[in-house]
Amino acid sequence: MSSRERILSAITANKPGLLAAPALNLSVLPDRTDMVARYVRALELIAGKAVVVSSFDAVMEDVRATRAAGHYVVNTIAALGPLSDEVTTDTHADTLEPIYKAFLSAEFGVVENGAVWMTESQMQNRLVPFICQHLVICIRATDLVPNMHEAYDRIREMEGYGLFLAGPSKTADIEQSLVIGAHGARSLVVYVVE
Amino acid sequence: MSEQVGKSLWHADAAEVFIADEPRTDWHDETLWFVRSKRDKASMQVPEWEELRELASGIKDHSLSNLDNYLKEFEEKATANGITVHWAIDAAEHNEIILGILNRHGFNKMVKSKSMLTEECHLNAFLEENGIDVVDTDLGERIVQFRQETPSHIVLPAIHLKKQDVSDTFHEHLGTEKGNNDPQYLTEAARGHLRGKFISSPLAITGVNFAIAETGGFVVCTNEGNADMGAHAASVHIACMGVEKIIPKAKDLAVFLRLLARSATGQPITTYSSHFHKPRKGQEMHVVIVDNGRSRQLGRPDFRNSLKCIRCAACFNTCPVYRRSGGHSYHTAVAGPIGSILNPNLDMKANADLPFASTLCGSCSNVCPVKIDIHQQLWKWRQVLAEEGYVAPSKKVAMKGMAFLLSNPRLYRIAGRIGRSMMRAFPGLMNNRKMNPWYKQREMPEAPAQSFRDWFKENKT
Repeated sequence: MSSRERILSAITANKPGLLAAPALNLSVLPDRTDMVARYVRALELIAGKAVVVSSFDAVMEDVRATRAAGHYVVNTIAALGPLSDEVTTDTHADTLEPIYKAFLSAEFGVVENGAVWMTESQMQNRLVPFICQHLVICIRATDLVPNMHEAYDRIREMEGYGLFLAGPSKTADIEQSLVIGAHGARSLVVYVVE
Repeated sequence: MSEQVGKSLWHADAAEVFIADEPRTDWHDETLWFVRSKRDKASMQVPEWEELRELASGIKDHSLSNLDNYLKEFEEKATANGITVHWAIDAAEHNEIILGILNRHGFNKMVKSKSMLTEECHLNAFLEENGIDVVDTDLGERIVQFRQETPSHIVLPAIHLKKQDVSDTFHEHLGTEKGNNDPQYLTEAARGHLRGKFISSPLAITGVNFAIAETGGFVVCTNEGNADMGAHAASVHIACMGVEKIIPKAKDLAVFLRLLARSATGQPITTYSSHFHKPRKGQEMHVVIVDNGRSRQLGRPDFRNSLKCIRCAACFNTCPVYRRSGGHSYHTAVAGPIGSILNPNLDMKANADLPFASTLCGSCSNVCPVKIDIHQQLWKWRQVLAEEGYVAPSKKVAMKGMAFLLSNPRLYRIAGRIGRSMMRAFPGLMNNRKMNPWYKQREMPEAPAQSFRDWFKENKT
């Protein structure tokens, strides 16, 4: 008998009688007041920065200024000007390592924890949001959900890879001292476009 | 417990070594209590917290009661997604599967993010014996790996170390400035060192926090981003999971992701919650599903719900014994209260001391996000271990003697009288650390002049 069969038959023999799955109902209704302001605060609490803007102009200026300073920028948002076509799903890490700042869009933000949900197609390459030194993400102010339950209700397609990203990379592994920028991005700015 | 045979250092003995350094013990105790306090604050900001715990517990109970079918469903969906699924009955088979994949590609190096399962299977030692260079990429795990130690905590692997220890270790292995203890500086050094490892590593191993039966995908949670850096840069990704990691639906993740980081560190969610469903273009993706005694634990009605654990370590941080004895005293991959109910299943004899490393105060059960009755199980394991003969004979004799004494009122009264006069006449006997281990960290009380019974007889009106 293969290990698969041995494991499965042991589980079948040892499992308890079927217990019903609970209904995912909560008695507390989600708070929908001041969603944008609360998202901004939630992101600040996890060391990210949210900037509410009325158009993409401010973000375009960020792209332009970073490029003008001589930094390698990857842009995957059409509204911000020329796209970085050189980055594809199978671009090697060597090529991506020098990225200074990446501009990506996310599908929506989550007010209770400051996270954004993004999928592989928005990253162009799965490594981009991690390997860049600094990360900039754009979401629309109307694309905010109050909590994780509504977040999962909203996800239509997980794609090959999907990510809740909440703030910059961090660690507290040395004496519980918080250090921002462990392996991933050293900073995160989320532009909330109204 | 020190009389038990076949073990070099039992929890009580190892704890004695740990607490010899009093300031460090105090620091350890206070630091973990601080993490526990952060958990309290985070949980109190969620009005439906208790409902979430109830739901999480219910989903896990349901999953375990249908585990065989969910595993088959997961395998079918994952395979359709292009993931290769492997099954390992025990640690040895798990390790062989991984070595087999490395050998097939001719790889001799790899990176690994945090996975308590691979610690349980002693994967690193096995691969190193077979000539594979293994680099742990979680900062805390890299620190303990350099020091040839094991993680002392499942979420905070290097919590037993001070920054000067890390500084010395990095000075030796990474050439950092001697005496520079700045966590920012030390983390930056590790970042630079590990970036090179991520980019040049052809294979990456990650753990699995949740595997979704409905979609055939799995979720990995980190704060550092090391699991993703490794997995997305490597041409082969292997994810290792115990059979109990299965949850039925993607929507169940909402419940678990709301609870996990808040319970662990007080964060509202981990920085990265990565949902892997298909290998990226040109990549090979494997999932190794491991039993290693879990199906046996499933068959023990008193202990099966220990398999609901989501490895947040809230029970470690709140435990008065863990905080004051350190993770290494538990001599197992998963320490703390949850480890003390999981490990006797893996090896009853080798881990017979662990259920006794508790005050049974119940704080672990109160903070558990999936409502495991941890302290009840600790108490039940003590009974199983005694029945199976894994408790020190002296303990058994003492317990029998005590039971005899307490069930004979006359004898009890005589013994009390003798005890009181002995304490007065020969205090040295009681205050001797060798003869009376109870005295080690405690002062003996003054012996009262008379028993309560005599006092009551004299004073009742």
